[in-house]
Amino acid sequence: MTARRPIRWHIAVFLAPAVLVYTAIMIVPLIGTLNLSLYRATETGPQFVGLGNFRTLFGDALWSDAFWNALGNNVWFFIIHMLVQNPIGILLAALLSSPRLRLAAFYRTAIFVPTVLSFVIVGFVWKLILSPLWGIAPSMLGAVGLKGLFAPWLGQEGSALTALALVSVWQFVGIPMMLIYAALLSIPDEVMEAAEMDGITGWSRFWKVQLPLILPSIGIISILTFVGNFNAFDLIYVAQGALAGPDFATDILGTFLYRTFFGFQLQIGDPNMGAAIATAMFLIILAGVCVYLFGIQTRLRRYQF
Amino acid sequence: MTTPLRLAILASTILAGAAHAQEPVTLTIESWRNDDLAIWNDTIIPAYEASHPNVQIEFAPTAPAEYNAALNSKLQAGSAGDLITCRPFDASLELYNNGQLSDLTDLAAMANFSDVAKAAWQTDDAAHTFCVPMASVIHGFIYNKTAFDELGLQEPKTVDEFFQVLDKIKEDGTYIPMAMGTNDQWEAATMGYQNIGPNYWKGEEGRLALIAGTQKLTDPQWVAPYEQLARWKDYLGDGFEAQTYPDSQNLFTLGRAAIYPAGSWEIAGFRAQIADSFEMAAFPPPVPAAGDTCYISDHTDIGIGMNAATQHPEEAREFLEWVGSPEFAALYSNALPGFFSLNSTPVEQTDPLAQEFVSWREECQPTIRSTYQILSRGTPNLENETWNASANVIRGSETPQDAAARLQQGLDSWYKPAQQ
Amino acid sequence: MRARSQPGRSIAAHAILIAYTLIALFPVWVIVINSFKSRRAIFAQPLAIPTPETWDLVGYTTVLENGDFFGYFLNSLTVTVASLFFVLLFGAMAAFALSEYRFRGNMLVGLYLALGIMIPIRLGTVAILQMMVAAGLVNTLTALILVYTAQGLPLAVFILSEFMRNVSDDLKNAGRMDGLSEYAIFFRLVLPLVRPAMATVAVFTMIPIWNDLWFPLILAPSEDTKTITLGSQVFIGQFVTNWNAVLAALSLAIVPVLILYLIFSRQLIRGITAGAVK
Repeated sequence: MTARRPIRWHIAVFLAPAVLVYTAIMIVPLIGTLNLSLYRATETGPQFVGLGNFRTLFGDALWSDAFWNALGNNVWFFIIHMLVQNPIGILLAALLSSPRLRLAAFYRTAIFVPTVLSFVIVGFVWKLILSPLWGIAPSMLGAVGLKGLFAPWLGQEGSALTALALVSVWQFVGIPMMLIYAALLSIPDEVMEAAEMDGITGWSRFWKVQLPLILPSIGIISILTFVGNFNAFDLIYVAQGALAGPDFATDILGTFLYRTFFGFQLQIGDPNMGAAIATAMFLIILAGVCVYLFGIQTRLRRYQF
Repeated sequence: MTTPLRLAILASTILAGAAHAQEPVTLTIESWRNDDLAIWNDTIIPAYEASHPNVQIEFAPTAPAEYNAALNSKLQAGSAGDLITCRPFDASLELYNNGQLSDLTDLAAMANFSDVAKAAWQTDDAAHTFCVPMASVIHGFIYNKTAFDELGLQEPKTVDEFFQVLDKIKEDGTYIPMAMGTNDQWEAATMGYQNIGPNYWKGEEGRLALIAGTQKLTDPQWVAPYEQLARWKDYLGDGFEAQTYPDSQNLFTLGRAAIYPAGSWEIAGFRAQIADSFEMAAFPPPVPAAGDTCYISDHTDIGIGMNAATQHPEEAREFLEWVGSPEFAALYSNALPGFFSLNSTPVEQTDPLAQEFVSWREECQPTIRSTYQILSRGTPNLENETWNASANVIRGSETPQDAAARLQQGLDSWYKPAQQ
Repeated sequence: MRARSQPGRSIAAHAILIAYTLIALFPVWVIVINSFKSRRAIFAQPLAIPTPETWDLVGYTTVLENGDFFGYFLNSLTVTVASLFFVLLFGAMAAFALSEYRFRGNMLVGLYLALGIMIPIRLGTVAILQMMVAAGLVNTLTALILVYTAQGLPLAVFILSEFMRNVSDDLKNAGRMDGLSEYAIFFRLVLPLVRPAMATVAVFTMIPIWNDLWFPLILAPSEDTKTITLGSQVFIGQFVTNWNAVLAALSLAIVPVLILYLIFSRQLIRGITAGAVK
């Protein structure tokens, strides 16, 4: 390309603002935090303990049980998103992108509305709707003769996490929808017309022509969902509090980290153990991203046009 | 790499500092009592500012759940307010030990408080006091007196009578017998376990024995409150598992539930919500057998201290002297019925329900919550574990014995009473 | 030339879309209608629309007496728009450098910038706060803008560089032949082509900024700098049992976002479809 010029100052100019702001405000503070995971507070001040905090985190049943519980819940949270949010998002995008659909703009706008609402609102609204006392969910189920199906979902160990994951799906389905919609619109008309010439229409056109072409977008969405879910915190916190009840059934890594790092009620924050959890989360997410970058993305590339 | 940044920061700090030097002194109060914002702004602050024209007070509350985390961050970074509302015991002790709260032992107003009142904000050897005690809260049961009269019920004195009353309300079916949910967990622990528990573990006697290690959470007197909680399940509303604290409050104030396991801090809010739709009254936690001494949780809950890094220590101390005065005590307790002043000068309560709560101090032995002093210093944290266990026991997902055994095991893992 | 309209299929499509639209809007609807009702009516018939008997504005009067919601809204708007501008500008510049030029350390810089996607910036809170205190930026909107810019950059660079790799080299090389500087190529040729990606990044960046509760709470909790999310949270905390006030506060927090979104959604769709027009 332009490799022969001696010093290409423009590269530095292009990179400098992002790298500077990002380094000063994000990386330096974060390194400070991750560094904490190697120390432990003692009477005489912080003491270097190497990987000691990680030994506690994975070796001491008090910590490791909580960690694996949170990780397991987090995986389930992610699975629900992959199985429910992304297929619904793709379906809605496919329907919206069908040509000459009336009211498409209205649907598109309306379905995206929950995504722009804050967690404070979302958590509160769904707690109200699912509340056994206020009676919206029970009376709606009653109206279709299914009142017996109602249960205080958010309060039961078996259902609370799934219920919250579905609330999160409700909130964020607009994002995969929009991304897939954009990808579908960017498929060249010639491709679609050629398919039609071959007599491929309707759903089979979607499966055989469009879906392979939007696979890279689905890949990006999956990895964003993964990163988002493993950093999730707010919804659980707003709906169930920092103790992520009932009986830690909705505890995910984000709430576990928050509780440990900042403390809660009488529990005093432990920045060192908190930093160890943060480091573990970081490594989990890093592993996931690497799988995507080196395993999946390179294979998806082939389909790009 | 960051040196130029630091210089720039330094320069701007100096400039900012110079610009502020001439202004009148503003003292900011950090607090978790966002419910009290209106009372501070309308009643307490104007009263102080009237006599101290050079000082402005700003009451800046954070939601209770975020208070500790937000306060700690702000203290570490140096952006916290001048006056800090103190949680009782270890949370504040930690701040004092970190040098973030000033020593207030020599404050003249400290003479206005008993040793018991100050205990929540002192070092373990009681040599240093770092917060001015403000108020305690008392647990008990608030009930719908109109409903009780309608059903011909009397205030229960013993646990058996208590369950007979609950059975009758349930049989009648008009009211949900008791308004409590387990969604927020702390209701179950605070208004459940810590409310009824002192009658079993004999208040201070049991609490101190637990700290000394001569009693264990698996002893009968500590398991018994859980056994009673497990029986509560049948008398709670449908779907109590997902019922939140505000849900419970609404159930009671809308007149749908007959009994509300309470803390006295509810009084003001309930008065406003209920207005004239029914009459409410209160009874202390029923005793296990007739004739037993009754014990109540009269918990030292709220104090106020000084940020060690404040720019205005003199003004802040002057304000704290006022907070320790009988004048403040009267102003505060009557503006917030249910928060009982810890000042040695008795305060005339004007609210009849608040009078009822405070009258129990004469017939019953007061104690504080069992988990607050010393026992919640380590990990796992006994108070937070108690929330979880109480909610589990009420929901029936853990037996009282299992819960007790788990709590004791967690406590044993870090607490060695012999070394105390 | 496109698919002949198939009535059956079209009806099914509308049925699914309408059903989902109802699911999406129902909770908002419940909040808004109940905010106009009296306390008893809220509990007695939560799904009924307000009637003259149940009509009650007490929630709104409580809210408007107790908080400057318009001021909060302006704060949120300022912070969001300014952060968005910097994220898009700096992010696109960096993404261009990474996708366009081969230079030593390219891969490394890319990975370095992508690290930030994986760790919640919340973990750096204490250090960030110390920095802001030292710089005298506590309780200013600038502090929030700085944090959100840093927070938004990794994802922006990640998405934008993906898209920029697909911009045809012929176009850029033709530009170079015409003697355009690298800056001109970026601003005049490449940026317009990645508009759909910019719109995507804008949405991704905007939502968490607008909805963030944590940094406003820590960095800018003063009355003058409160954002609307923090304002409504404080409000809910304060009036949690007063459902009239809570529902009114929620409605007031929802409506401006909706209006903003309705304005913005046209730009968003225009951005997305612009890329699809061949």
